[in-house]
Amino acid sequence: MLSYIIRRIFLAFIIVILASLLVFLGMRFLPGDPILMLITNNQFQDYPEEYLQELRHQHGLDKPLIIQYFDWAGKILQGDFGISILNQRPVSEEIVRRLPVSLYLGTLAFIIGHLLGIPAGIICAIRRGKWLDTVITTWANIGITIPNFWLGVILMYVFGLKLGWLPIMGYTSPFDDFWLSTKQLLMPVFCLIVPPLAGVTRQARSSMLEVLHQDYIRTAWSKGLNERAVVIKHAMKNGLMPIVTLGGMALGHIIGGGVIVETVFNVPGLGRLAASSVISQDYPYVQAITLLVAVAVTFSNLLVDIAYGWIDPRIRYG
Amino acid sequence: MTEKIFKDAGTQKTARRVREFSHFRRAFFSRGLVVFGMVVILLFIFVAIFAPFLAPYDPYLPDLKARLSQPSSAHLLGTDSVGRDTLSRIIYGTRTSLMIGLTVVFTGAIIGMGLGLIAGYFGSWLYTLIMRFVDVLMTIPMILLALIIAAMLGGGIMNIIIALTVGVIPVYSRLMCGQTLTIKENDYILAERSLGASHPRIMIRHLIPNTLPPLIVVMTMMLGTTVLAEAGLSFLGIGIKPPTPAWGSMVNDGRDYLLTLPVLSFAPGFAIMLLVFAFNMIGDGLRDALDPRLRGLL
Repeated sequence: MLSYIIRRIFLAFIIVILASLLVFLGMRFLPGDPILMLITNNQFQDYPEEYLQELRHQHGLDKPLIIQYFDWAGKILQGDFGISILNQRPVSEEIVRRLPVSLYLGTLAFIIGHLLGIPAGIICAIRRGKWLDTVITTWANIGITIPNFWLGVILMYVFGLKLGWLPIMGYTSPFDDFWLSTKQLLMPVFCLIVPPLAGVTRQARSSMLEVLHQDYIRTAWSKGLNERAVVIKHAMKNGLMPIVTLGGMALGHIIGGGVIVETVFNVPGLGRLAASSVISQDYPYVQAITLLVAVAVTFSNLLVDIAYGWIDPRIRYG
Repeated sequence: MTEKIFKDAGTQKTARRVREFSHFRRAFFSRGLVVFGMVVILLFIFVAIFAPFLAPYDPYLPDLKARLSQPSSAHLLGTDSVGRDTLSRIIYGTRTSLMIGLTVVFTGAIIGMGLGLIAGYFGSWLYTLIMRFVDVLMTIPMILLALIIAAMLGGGIMNIIIALTVGVIPVYSRLMCGQTLTIKENDYILAERSLGASHPRIMIRHLIPNTLPPLIVVMTMMLGTTVLAEAGLSFLGIGIKPPTPAWGSMVNDGRDYLLTLPVLSFAPGFAIMLLVFAFNMIGDGLRDALDPRLRGLL
């Protein structure tokens, strides 16, 4: 088991390094001279060539690409993501301010989605074809389908504009005003819950159904075990394996998954920052967020792999 | 004598195929939602093809006298802020969504499958090179990846297609690579090799056909995902450039008039949902019908 874990961790590091390389090269191959972007703030002005050369030298842009990469990566390891082109402030400052917001919303949605989705899927599988199954499955099918920006717009219309129960946008920290914060969060969190909830329900249902038809489950039944024992002790362990994968992906997407919902509800999280800096071409932000998301996804995949190895010995030794 | 045996084998093979197909047909069409999905998709395709005949107005033509008009017999779904007919724009938007969805899914499938096939079949450094690249692409959520690529290339239909294609490639590569790794270990592949079959022949005759059933399912599901992602990008203002009608940007434009004219946002959003729902239901039906283990189970 230990060698398996070490192998996986090693692989995760390679992927993170490759991802950082991709992000770095992506930035370098962007149209436009990075030094001009840095000094002119996107204004057009003529600078003497010698001055530009000196600036390039100052910022290390005349060094070979590989050296530049190591410089850049070294700074990132120290938490220095560079300076925003638009407002000239350190990128890491803004990231640190926004990360908790996205984490808060995303974790809430992740936990609620899984807590409701797994039992819902299992119930559907056990009661296949009954009215409860039909109702839940229909909602789950709608849930994976509904565009979440549209869901947001509908919620805003109904609860914000027509009924006037909830504020239509904005964000307040729960430490400042818990009640207002909760009211503001209800709609965006709901929008964030729907896709994982629906996805988990569908996946739990179909994989449980597959397991429930296997021979060893029939054996368990014929031993005279009751439904609870068959489902919980025998079927669930195998039936919920795919949920681990799905959950791992959702876990990694917590910080970057709110691009659309945060934009709709004007929540100052990382997702909205990603969208707005892509539009305003403030690339240091884009770079930092992409890298952060890539690291988060890689390490949640690592967790999934380790969990798999722990649950299923065949994988560990395979 | 030999001839007769061959002939029998031939008819048996055909008979088996026919039986398989009728099984498939029964499992596929037995579910109401799947049939509903088929009907909806056919309707959308019909609307896309015959858009010029179905749309009551020119989707690009502003009519400043009829700005923001409420739904009426003249404009069934009202008009937008420059007086363009919403219904006509939704009808033309069908073309945008279907065109992008289909192009992305097929291009992505061809490139992704090719990469996965090469990685799985030849193994060694090719496997490492391709699959690590795929792993890296997979660490960035599709919408974020498409957002970044679209931002680098700029908006417009062609660039959105490229951005989304890069986003779907990893899914196909993973699938194809996994399938190839399993199938190539079979004895009949070894037998084929020892009979002198070339690598391309084995790939085309054995590996690709064996991967088709799961691939078709994934492609159908990805159609829904792609349509959603395109709508999301357009909603954020990064996708299709105005004035081309796209459902996502129509939802966004309508937000400004939510209180007075909610139909501007609601109607195009409903179209997105209906199309994605239909693709997903067909995908479910195909998965159920193509997988002998699952047949009739889900």
